[in-house]
Amino acid sequence: MSRDLASVPAGAGPTGPSAVALTPARIIAIAIAGLALVCVPYLLPNYYVSIATQVLIFAVLAMSIDILAGYTGRTPLGHGAIFGTATYVTIYWSTTLGGSPWTGMLIGVAAATTVAAIFALLAIRTSGVYFLLLTLALGMIVWGVCLRWTSVTGGENGIRGSVRPMFIATHSAFYYLVLAAVAAITFVMWRFVNSPFGLTLRGIKDSESRMRSLGYNVPLHLFIAFTVSGFFAGIAGAIYAMFNSFVSPSTVALTQSVAGLLMAITGGIGTLFGSFVGAAAIISLENFVSSYTERWLSILGLMFVLIMVFAPEGIVGRIRMILARSKG
Amino acid sequence: MTKQLILDNVTVQFGGLKAVDGVSTAIAMGERRAIIGPNGAGKTTLFNAITGVVMATAGKVVFEGEDVTRSPVHARAAKGMSRTFQITNLFPNLSVRDNMRLAIRGLSRAKFSLLGRPELTAADDAEVERALGLSRLVGRSDTLVKELSYGEQRQLEMAMALVARPRILLLDEPAAGLSPAERVIVADIIRSLPRDLTMIIIEHDMDLALGLVDWVTVLNNGHLLVEAAPADIRGNKAVQDVYLGKARRHA
Ligand SMILES: Nc1ncnc2c1ncn2[C@@H]1O[C@H](COP(=O)(O)OP(=O)(O)O)[C@@H](O)[C@H]1O
Ligand SMILES: [Mg+2]
Repeated sequence: MSRDLASVPAGAGPTGPSAVALTPARIIAIAIAGLALVCVPYLLPNYYVSIATQVLIFAVLAMSIDILAGYTGRTPLGHGAIFGTATYVTIYWSTTLGGSPWTGMLIGVAAATTVAAIFALLAIRTSGVYFLLLTLALGMIVWGVCLRWTSVTGGENGIRGSVRPMFIATHSAFYYLVLAAVAAITFVMWRFVNSPFGLTLRGIKDSESRMRSLGYNVPLHLFIAFTVSGFFAGIAGAIYAMFNSFVSPSTVALTQSVAGLLMAITGGIGTLFGSFVGAAAIISLENFVSSYTERWLSILGLMFVLIMVFAPEGIVGRIRMILARSKG
Repeated sequence: MTKQLILDNVTVQFGGLKAVDGVSTAIAMGERRAIIGPNGAGKTTLFNAITGVVMATAGKVVFEGEDVTRSPVHARAAKGMSRTFQITNLFPNLSVRDNMRLAIRGLSRAKFSLLGRPELTAADDAEVERALGLSRLVGRSDTLVKELSYGEQRQLEMAMALVARPRILLLDEPAAGLSPAERVIVADIIRSLPRDLTMIIIEHDMDLALGLVDWVTVLNNGHLLVEAAPADIRGNKAVQDVYLGKARRHA
């Protein structure tokens, strides 16, 4: 059996009204996860608090990718570039131009959303492997610009500069701010994928021709979905600017897009919340592997292949399948 | 009677093949029309040209006084054209409920609600329940479409085409592949359609088709062969030659 790598199978299982309903079991699960996240700075040393912060930021990037890959059935490989555009703009604004970091983040998100809208115009009429390759190429263009436009981007050296205001200077203070922001963003994204518009995306994934004959302008819906997805990737990138205080072409590089996609896939495409599990898995692995070898990229590639072959529905997707089966 | 749908010399060419070849006919408001003809006659392709799934390579499609020959599918749907597909075309990974939600929101602004609740309004919900009742699918809302029986999927095709209150309904072999009992259900659904709704049905089963319509168009090799009242179709020599004769030989 050949698996089309360009269209990742959803492991969401039954996604009727049950996907939206807040059952007691779900409320308890969310409460436990929330409590655990709140306790992180009390239980773990700073190094791990910083990793947890990074996981939260990249979970937003992975969820933004999941909006396209999991809900519309179009797998993007250029979201690292959209994410990194916001990082560049935020740091450039607050460091090189000396502006307020908050304004910088707003402009950064607006810039990322604009880049996403341009990507969308070019890519929405394609699907499958063409969509994958086209978004990859568009991401490469952004990367090339960041590398060559030295006067603004600092070229290979990137731009360094502290963006974070004093009141969130400590690891734990910043962690809590990010946690609150990511919780709010996640709630909005959850509403988005379960909204009437979100349902149209799942309809498009299943049958574009039926959607058209029901009166849906399919390219318009894909354009909106891509732009919204880029908006969220931009938010992740702007927060990342505060986290990292440094940006270079590697922030917008293909590896970033691949890592984000791999997080979404590892967690489970079409599950949204799986992105948190995926981000935790990939970032933990990266930190672990990096202390032993320089070959993180090869490991990332290997992970990609292993996941696609053995668990294409991802961790959360697999758990849902097992639960659905045990229920009969 | 005013003509709601006018086909003027409609032609659809695929490479060297004229699947539909210069078909002209007019369908009145509220009319029930059957399109029959042997396999490959161009019936589905004619539906595709009417609804915009393929563009007519020559000729004109005029719907309610407006030339829609070049309009995209979704724009024609917005004018009130609704159809079912010969090869079941549903959202298999979604529940019956979500399929119906997509069907009824296709022409409403609600489809652009980015953060709204997933549920339908009470009025839309009542419409959906009515359509599901008509299509014998009550109580199946939570079932994933891929888990429905083939017959139920065909019934859902009809329910989805009906629910948005179209101005014209095009049914492409709604009873194909169904058991006799399931055919009765489909015929019942069609009979219970509002009397003022225009309907065109492609159907292989002569008994089913002729009992439901006012007028019959016979296609053969992309050409319009005959148009006649149902009562005159069986006795028509040309129809017997190309259609009944063939059907009998194949049976
Ligand atoms: N998209 C297409 N491309 C090429 N040929 C097609 C296409 N669709 C239909 N045809 C051909 O057009 C002819 C009419 O097909 P169709 O309209 O499906 O017939 P019917 O519905 O009457 O059985 C057939 O010969 C079919 O092979
Ligand atoms: Mg046909």
